[in-house]
Amino acid sequence: MFKILKYSFYDLSRSRWSYVYFLFYLLLGFTLLFLNNDLSGAVITMMNVIIVLVPLIGTIFGVMYYYDSKEFTELLLAQPIKRKSIFLGQYFGVAISLAASLILGLGIPFVAYGLFQSGAIWDFVILLVTGVFLTFIFTALAFNIALSNENKIKGFGFAILLWLFLAVIYDGIFLMALVHFQEYPLDKFALIATMGNPIDLSRILILLKLDISALLGYTGAVFKNFFGTSMGTILSLGMLSLWVILPVWRISAKAKKKDF
Amino acid sequence: MKHFLSVLFLLYFLPSMAGEIRVCSSCEIKTVKQAIEMAQSGDTISIEEGIYKESDITIINKSLHIKGINYPVIDAGMNGTAFAIKAEGVTIEGLKIINIGRSHTKDYAAILLNGSQNFTLKNNILENVFFGFLIEKSDNGLIEGNRIEGEGIDQANSGNAIHLWNSNEITIKNNHVKEMRDGIYIEFGKNCKIINNVCEKNLRYGLHFMFSDSNSYIGNTFEDNGAGVAVMFSKHIEMKKNLFKKNWGPASYGLLLKEISDATLEHNIFEDNTIAVNADGTTRVEFIENDFKNNGYAIKVHGGAYTTSFTRNNFLHNSFDVGYSGRLNDNTFSGNYWTNYSGYDLDKDNIGDVAYRPVKLFSHIVNQTPEAIVLLRSLFIDIMDFSEKVSPIFTPKELIDPHPQMKRILW
Repeated sequence: MFKILKYSFYDLSRSRWSYVYFLFYLLLGFTLLFLNNDLSGAVITMMNVIIVLVPLIGTIFGVMYYYDSKEFTELLLAQPIKRKSIFLGQYFGVAISLAASLILGLGIPFVAYGLFQSGAIWDFVILLVTGVFLTFIFTALAFNIALSNENKIKGFGFAILLWLFLAVIYDGIFLMALVHFQEYPLDKFALIATMGNPIDLSRILILLKLDISALLGYTGAVFKNFFGTSMGTILSLGMLSLWVILPVWRISAKAKKKDF
Repeated sequence: MKHFLSVLFLLYFLPSMAGEIRVCSSCEIKTVKQAIEMAQSGDTISIEEGIYKESDITIINKSLHIKGINYPVIDAGMNGTAFAIKAEGVTIEGLKIINIGRSHTKDYAAILLNGSQNFTLKNNILENVFFGFLIEKSDNGLIEGNRIEGEGIDQANSGNAIHLWNSNEITIKNNHVKEMRDGIYIEFGKNCKIINNVCEKNLRYGLHFMFSDSNSYIGNTFEDNGAGVAVMFSKHIEMKKNLFKKNWGPASYGLLLKEISDATLEHNIFEDNTIAVNADGTTRVEFIENDFKNNGYAIKVHGGAYTTSFTRNNFLHNSFDVGYSGRLNDNTFSGNYWTNYSGYDLDKDNIGDVAYRPVKLFSHIVNQTPEAIVLLRSLFIDIMDFSEKVSPIFTPKELIDPHPQMKRILW
């Protein structure tokens, strides 16, 4: 598996798209910090970008890579290698190279602007951790979709739809539910619904770290009580991990049975 | 003529007739209490440097001038009040009063004035006090240049720094108040002027009005308090040139207006507050040329607002400019500058050609369903706000600024 991972990783690190992705974050980081020298302000803006773009790019990149390397995969399948290691190797290759682009692309400008001397370092760390989790989650989901759909167009369609659902539609349904049931106590529901979507969970985790969390008022206090405890932190990290583990498990299960 | 001469004669000699009593550790008189007992109305008591462990010093019906030289320390040793005064024309200046006892049933204060007109409390330092100045039924006073510091433990175990009850025509000037419950509290007080004070890190309010009409506060700074200023059940309050800063927390705000009428807010700066102005029941209140900068909410109106106008204010980078519940009534927003305004100005008269709607759909929803705030900064919310901006359906139609300014208003 590590050999395949290595090949995938090297293959991607030579690919133009990884560089584009890396340069995009580099440019974004520098521009933001140039326009507004305040690190914690930049973290907020960065959050908006991360919770939307990282899942989108993870999804598209994952699907694209799978379909692109299909011939190579079929060649590998002819060799005496476990199927599990082929697909997981490819998956981790993609996810790790995307995560590396993200960490380096954002890390370099922030470090250059004196991150280590500022108090925003933990905000930034949580930003990167959630970014990396989102990369792993959405790449895994993309591989799942690609494995289940031979038709490229269909695969792409589903992948985009999945992103659209988790990034936008889910919140719409969430909001409608909140408005519809406003007569009832909704704190627990809001908490559970937030935990159910990795994008929402990441957003809240970052928001609670920032000053702006005071705006959340009473509901925010309930959230802070929950996420502020070690139990809440473990639970939310566990939830994010679960979002990685379940799709990864399905990749290996699906790959085992699939006809090529 | 004879009478006039005798009056002149008296006036000439009165000041010199007033005696001076010195108190120090090596003087004849060693305690403040002793000095007060000896003193006659009109005398000056000079207290020299040193530590005086005294509490419950009472002054009754003697107009004394108590003066500290190089800040002598009056240590009340956590028992009761330091000075209790019931006399006209008392002046206390230059003292350092420390360690006032705490109580749940009695209001122990560094200086308690009751029915004492024409008083002056000047340049004192109060540290570790329960109440600072507790002033009851005393009119015509001056409180100037004092520094008051509490321990700021919790609301139940702290008192107010300057507490006025039933006292009129009092000037509170250039004081610095820190870590008390309320910085300045006024209940049933009229025609008081509160000028250039700094109230910071107080547990509850920096300044608190209750049932107090015709007062003004000008040029004060309220920073990092539980809430900056609370004005409740009062009329004709003038609020000018104040700075409300960093009153930040889930239940915090810069200024609370509760059942207020005929007030003017002019040239105030609200910066980094969770809610800059929290208005609940305002009638004929004018907001003119104020700056609202980097607040969570700039203005939150809870209803019951009538003839309240917002004119020529700057709304700069607030998360929400206006949160509004209830009917619009006859309130107006006009000629303000909004950083979130994205209209155009074709005729170049510096007034935007399209009206601005300060209430976003999301803030409208949050007002009805507070839990919805968890979706803050979600992509869906941005899309929703954008589409509402393009064609408003849900937000109150009349709530607009018809003449939004294109440039920041300089005042």
